[in-house]
Amino acid sequence: MRVSFTVNGRRQEADDVWEGESLLYVLRERLGLPGSKNACEQGECGSCTVRLDGVPVCSCLVAAGQAEGREIVTVEGLADFARQRSEHTGCATGACNSVGGDGISLDEAQRWAAKGQDSQTGEGAELSPVQQAFIDAGAVQCGFCTPGLLIAADEMLERNPNPTDADIREALSGNLCRCTGYEKIMDAVRLAAARQSEAV
Amino acid sequence: MDFLRPASWEEALAAKAEHPTAVPIAGGTDVMVEINFDHRRPEYLLDLTRIGELGEWEAGGESVRLGASVPYTRIMENLRRELPGLALASHTVASPQIRNRGGVGGNLGTASPAGDAHPALLAAGAEVEAESVRGSRLIPIDDFYTGVKRNALAPDELIRAVRIKKADGPQQFSKVGTRNAMVIAVCAFGLALHPETRTVRTGIGSAAPTPVRARAAEEFLNAALDEGGFWDNGKIITPSVAKQFATLCSAACNPIDDVRGTASYRRHAVGVMARRTLTWTWESYRGTAARTEGVA
Amino acid sequence: MGTTGTPTNITQGSGTRGGIGESTLRPDGTLKVTGEFAYSSDMWHEDMLWGQILRSTVAHAEIVSIDTAEALATPGVYAVMTYDDLPTEVRHYGLEIQDTPVLAHGKVRHHGEPVAIVAADHPETARRAAAKIKVEYRELPVITDEASATAPGAVLVHEGRTDHHIGHVPHPNIVHRQPIVRGDAGQAALGADFVVRGEYTFGMQDQAFLGPESGLAVPAEDGGVELYIATQWLHSDLRQIAPVLGLPEDKVRMTLSGVGGAFGGREDLSMQIHACLLALRTGKPVKIVYNRFESFFGHVHRHPAKLTYEHGATKDGRLTHVKARIVLDGGAYASASPAVVGNASSLGIGPYVVDDVDIEAIALYTNNPPCGAMRGFGAVQACFAYEAQMDKLADAVGMDRVAFRQLNAMEQGSLLPTGQRVDSPAPVAELLRRVKAMPLPPERQWLSAGEDADVRQLPGGLSNTTHGEGVVRGIGYAVGIKNVGFSEGFDDYSTARVRMEVVGGVPVATVHTAMAEVGQGGVTVHAQIARTELGVAQVTIQPADTRVGSAGSTSASRQTYVTGGAVKNSCELVREKVLEIGRRKLGTYHPAWATAELLLEGGKVVTDGGEVLADLVDVLEDEAVEVEAEWRHRPTEPFDLRTGQGDGHVQYSFAAHRAVVEVDTELGLVKVIELACAQDVGKALNPLSVVGQIQGGTTQGLGVAVMEEIIVDPKTAKVRNPSFTDYLIPTILDTPTIPVDVLELADDHAPYGLRGIGEAPTLSSTPAVLAAIRNATGLQLDRTPVRPEHLTGTA
Repeated sequence: MRVSFTVNGRRQEADDVWEGESLLYVLRERLGLPGSKNACEQGECGSCTVRLDGVPVCSCLVAAGQAEGREIVTVEGLADFARQRSEHTGCATGACNSVGGDGISLDEAQRWAAKGQDSQTGEGAELSPVQQAFIDAGAVQCGFCTPGLLIAADEMLERNPNPTDADIREALSGNLCRCTGYEKIMDAVRLAAARQSEAV
Repeated sequence: MDFLRPASWEEALAAKAEHPTAVPIAGGTDVMVEINFDHRRPEYLLDLTRIGELGEWEAGGESVRLGASVPYTRIMENLRRELPGLALASHTVASPQIRNRGGVGGNLGTASPAGDAHPALLAAGAEVEAESVRGSRLIPIDDFYTGVKRNALAPDELIRAVRIKKADGPQQFSKVGTRNAMVIAVCAFGLALHPETRTVRTGIGSAAPTPVRARAAEEFLNAALDEGGFWDNGKIITPSVAKQFATLCSAACNPIDDVRGTASYRRHAVGVMARRTLTWTWESYRGTAARTEGVA
Repeated sequence: MGTTGTPTNITQGSGTRGGIGESTLRPDGTLKVTGEFAYSSDMWHEDMLWGQILRSTVAHAEIVSIDTAEALATPGVYAVMTYDDLPTEVRHYGLEIQDTPVLAHGKVRHHGEPVAIVAADHPETARRAAAKIKVEYRELPVITDEASATAPGAVLVHEGRTDHHIGHVPHPNIVHRQPIVRGDAGQAALGADFVVRGEYTFGMQDQAFLGPESGLAVPAEDGGVELYIATQWLHSDLRQIAPVLGLPEDKVRMTLSGVGGAFGGREDLSMQIHACLLALRTGKPVKIVYNRFESFFGHVHRHPAKLTYEHGATKDGRLTHVKARIVLDGGAYASASPAVVGNASSLGIGPYVVDDVDIEAIALYTNNPPCGAMRGFGAVQACFAYEAQMDKLADAVGMDRVAFRQLNAMEQGSLLPTGQRVDSPAPVAELLRRVKAMPLPPERQWLSAGEDADVRQLPGGLSNTTHGEGVVRGIGYAVGIKNVGFSEGFDDYSTARVRMEVVGGVPVATVHTAMAEVGQGGVTVHAQIARTELGVAQVTIQPADTRVGSAGSTSASRQTYVTGGAVKNSCELVREKVLEIGRRKLGTYHPAWATAELLLEGGKVVTDGGEVLADLVDVLEDEAVEVEAEWRHRPTEPFDLRTGQGDGHVQYSFAAHRAVVEVDTELGLVKVIELACAQDVGKALNPLSVVGQIQGGTTQGLGVAVMEEIIVDPKTAKVRNPSFTDYLIPTILDTPTIPVDVLELADDHAPYGLRGIGEAPTLSSTPAVLAAIRNATGLQLDRTPVRPEHLTGTA
C-alpha cells in the first residue's frame, strides 16, 4: 500500500508498504531516517520514540498505515522542531512561562558544562537544548537509547520546565538505557532545565 | 494482509461484518507486538484510529461513557475524580509512550488476565458497549471475560465504549511487578467502596485464567461493615476483619506458576494488596465522612 | 576526582588542552544526538536483500531431515542455505575451540541454534520463507546441569572432542577444569575458630545491549566481501569468518559500524558469517537484523553458576582458609568458557589475603544456551559468593563487616592464591573506608514531597503497592577484584597507526586503530592521548576496520590500557620522527635542538624549559609522518593445570560498593535507594567517562541482583523469557543515585598509570545489594537475582 505523512515538516510518501510494517520500519528503511532505533520492537525500551501529532509514542507499535496523514517528529528533526518552537514562544523547550518549582540549581547542573575541544564530526550542527545537554553531561555512551530519550525528555520539558528528580524519572521510565546507569541522563535533563530557566 | 481504514464507526462495523477475522487495531500496543514478533498474521487489520469518537468520553449522568480508544494518559489526567481506580490503574500501564497510545478497548479486546484496566473496571462496575451491524448491546463487565484471552464479543462485534460507574466513594488499585516501572502485572488488585449502596467491589488481575472478582471476600466485608455499623460510625476497620478479607481475596485466586511469578506468591500478594487497599480506601472514606460531619 | 597517589611523571603534553585527564566530550556525540550516527542496523544498500535465520525449536535433537524446496520456491527468495551448502570444509568456528557449526549439522545442541538461512527481497518474505523450511527432529535427552552432564551413560554434548582441554577434564561434558591449590586448606581449617559454609546460585544474565545484532555484507568485484558490522573485535571475527567463506583474510574487509552496546555479548560471532554467505551466494548485498526475541538466542550469556564455599577465621578475625567449588554452565558451545573458568578460580577468594586455599572451577557442556563473555567474566559470580561468605564470617566472629574485610584485605605486595605477587597499589581497605564514609541518604524520602507518599520513591514504584507499609531499610557492603586484560599467557597486544601532517595550515594528528568503540569512549581517549603526546589541537579518529592491525578485544577492561598504550606508543614514535625532521631541517638554528629534551606543545616544538624552537607547521611543511606499531603489555603465563600456580594476570581493578535498599518485606519488592561506589582507576584519562563507566557497570550489577535472569526450563532446556517483557533490566525508576569516589593510585607498569575500569563495578554491586536486602529482611538469600518469592517464602 501507499502511505504518506509529514516527517519533520516535510511531506513523505512510501510505496509498496507491506501492511504489517511499523512506522519505525518505514522511517528507517524507506525514508532514510534511521535515527529512531529498533532495540526491542515491542514497546519495552522507548528507543524508537517519535512524536505522532505531538504525542510521544513508540513508533514500532504504530502500524505504518495508521500514520497516514499524520505529523511525525523524529530525532533528525528535533533541533529544527525546538528552534521553531523557540521562535514561536521565545523558549526552546516550549515551557518558559512557568517560573519557580524545585529544579536543580544552575550551579549544580553546570558542573558538567565543560566544553570539548574537538567535536570533530558534526561540529557546527545546530542542536536543541536537550541534545546539547546530553553531550555536555556525558549522557551518551553507545548512544542507541539516545534518540528516544531525547524525544521523551524534550517533550517532558515542554510540559514541565522545572521537573523534580522523581518527575524526570517517571517521564523517562519508558526509555531503557543499558550503558550509563541513567545518572548522567539525569544530569543532562537537569542541565537542560537549568539552562532553560536561566535563559528566561 | 489487508489494511482497512474505515473513516467512520459505521464503516468499521460494516468492515468487521464483512471480515469477521479482521483484527481491530487502535493504539497497536498489543497487536503490533504480535506482528513484529511474527506471532500473528491476520488477514485484515482494521484500523480504528480514524474514528474520532472512540477517543472521546462523556461524563454526564451516573456513569462515564469512555470511548474505547481514549488513551490511558487522558484517563489519568482527566478522569481522576470520576474514575479514580481506573486512573490509578492507567498510571501503572507500561510506559508514558504506551499510555499515550493504548486504551481500555484494547485491554478488553485482548482480554489478557494481566491487562491493567480489568481489576479497576470490575471493582467500579462497568458495562462494555459492543456493537455490530446487527445492533448494539451492553455486556456487564462480570460477564465479559470468558477465558484466557477470550471475551464475550461476537466475531462481528467491535467495542465502542465502556460505561463505567462514576465513583461514589474511594477506589484504589495496586499491582505487583518485579520492576518499579514498565512492568506487566505479576498480579493486581482493584478495590472500590460504594457508600451509596454500602457495598464494596473488588477486581483481581493476573491471578486466574480471567480477571475475577473476589465475591466471597466482598460478601464477607459487606456483612462485616454492615454489622459493625462502620459505614455510619466511620470507625477503623478491625485488623481481624481486614485479615479475613485479605484471606478471602487470596482464596479467590486460581493462579499458575509462570516466568513472572509463582502461584503461591500471587495468592500471597493479592492478600497483601487487598489488606492495604482496604486500609487506604477506608481511611479515605473515614476522612471524607469526618469532614462531612464536621461541616454538619 | 579523589586523592592522587604516586603521580606518573608526565611532562610531555601537560601544556596541551584537551589532553589526558580532562573531561573532553565524545567526538561522536553530535552524530549520536542527531540520529546521524550509523549503527550496524542502520546500514542500507541499493538492491540489498534481507537475511533471515531459521533456528531450532528444540534444545537437543538429531536432525532427521531438512526440506527447503518450498522456501526456495517462494517468490522474492534469492537463496536458502543449510550446512550442506557451505562452501568449504571449514564449517565450524569458535573463539578458542572451533566447536560451533555455522549451521546445524546432524544435530542441534541448544534451543535457537541456527539451522538454515534465507535471503529475500523483504524481511517479511524472508520470514515467511524460513517458516516454510521443514525440519524433522528426533529429540534427545537434555543435559541441563552437572548431575545430568556427568551421570553414567550421559549423552555427550560433543562427541570426539579433540580440543586442548580434553586431556585434563574429568568428563567430556566438562569444557575445562582449573584447580587453584595453595598451602593446605584442610590443615589450616583445623586452626579456624569459626567456619562458615554456603551454597550459592547465580542466575543466567543477559548483556541486553540495546542495539540488536546486525550488519550488512556487500559482495565485492574481486570475489571478496565487505562487511559492516557491530562487534567487539574485528580481527577475531575475521580470523573465524574468512576460512568458512574460503577466502583469504584480505578479501574479507571489515568495517566497524556503530555498536549499540556490547558488554561481552559481541565477542562471539552472531550473523557475520551468515550475511557473508548469503551475499556471496546471491551476489547482492545482504542485511541481517535480529529482533529482540532473536537477540536472546543470538549471543552468549553470562554463565549461571553454582558455588560452594567454606571460609574459616580465627577469633581475632584472620582468615584461615578458603575451600570453594565453582560450577559454571557453559551451555552447548565453548565460547569463552575456559577463560571464564580461569578467572572464576584465580580470583575466587576475592581481594583478601589467605594462605591456604583449595578451589576447583569447572565449566560444563550442556544443552542450555551457550554462555561466554559478559562484563566481569567469571569474577562476578565468585564475588557474589565470597562476599556473602565474608558477611557470614564477620557475623560469626562478631566483627563489623567492613572492619573484617579491611583486616583481611590484600594490599600491594600480597600474594594471590595463584602465587602471583600484586605489584601495584591494591587499596582494598581504603576503598571500603571511603565508601563507608560517604553520607547516607535520608530516611523515608518518599514523604519529603508532601503529606502523600510519593510512590515513585517506594518499592513497587508506580505500581502503587505501598505507601510505606512493610518498608524496611537495609545497608550492605561489598568489594571485588577483577583482572585487567587477557590473562594466562595470551599474547595480548594492540596496533595503532598514527599520522601527523599539516592540513589547512595546522598540524593534524590522525589515529587509526581497529578498536571497537562500543560506547565506552575509546575514541575520546585516543584523541586525548594524541593531543597529549603530539601537542596538537586537532585529532582525527579514523573508522575502525581491518586495514590496520588488530586492536584486540574491547573487553576485559583492556582497551584504554592496551590500545590506549598502542596509541601512546605510536605517538611517541611519531614524535621522535618529527623531532628528527626538525633537527635535520632546523637544528642549526638553535643549539637546544641538539642538547635539550624536546617536547611538542601547542603545535610547537619546545624545550622542557618552555622555550619555543619551531612551529610544527614549519617543521613538517608538506611532509607526513606515519607509524603503525604493535604494543604489548607485560607477558603473563598460564596457570598450572593441577595447582593453578602461575603469574597469570597483568593488572587488577578494585571497586567497593555500599548499597542502601528499602524492601517491602510483605510483598518482597525492593527499591535500591543508593549505590555508592569507590574505585581505584589508577589515572582517570577522562574523568567524565570514568564515572559514566562506573555508574553503568554498577547498574548492571543491580539488575542481576533484583530482576535479571534468563529462565531456562530444566525439563526441555528451552528459554522461557526471550523478550524485554519478561527479561527485565532496570529502568530509570529502578536505578538509584550512584555517588562515585574515584581514587587514582598509579600503576607504574601501565600507560599513564591507568587501570582498566569497566568491569570492577559490576562485581561488587550485586553482593552489596544482596547484603543490604539480607540486612533489611534477616533472610539468608543465597541466590541472585532475588525475586519477591524468595523474600516472602512463596518460591
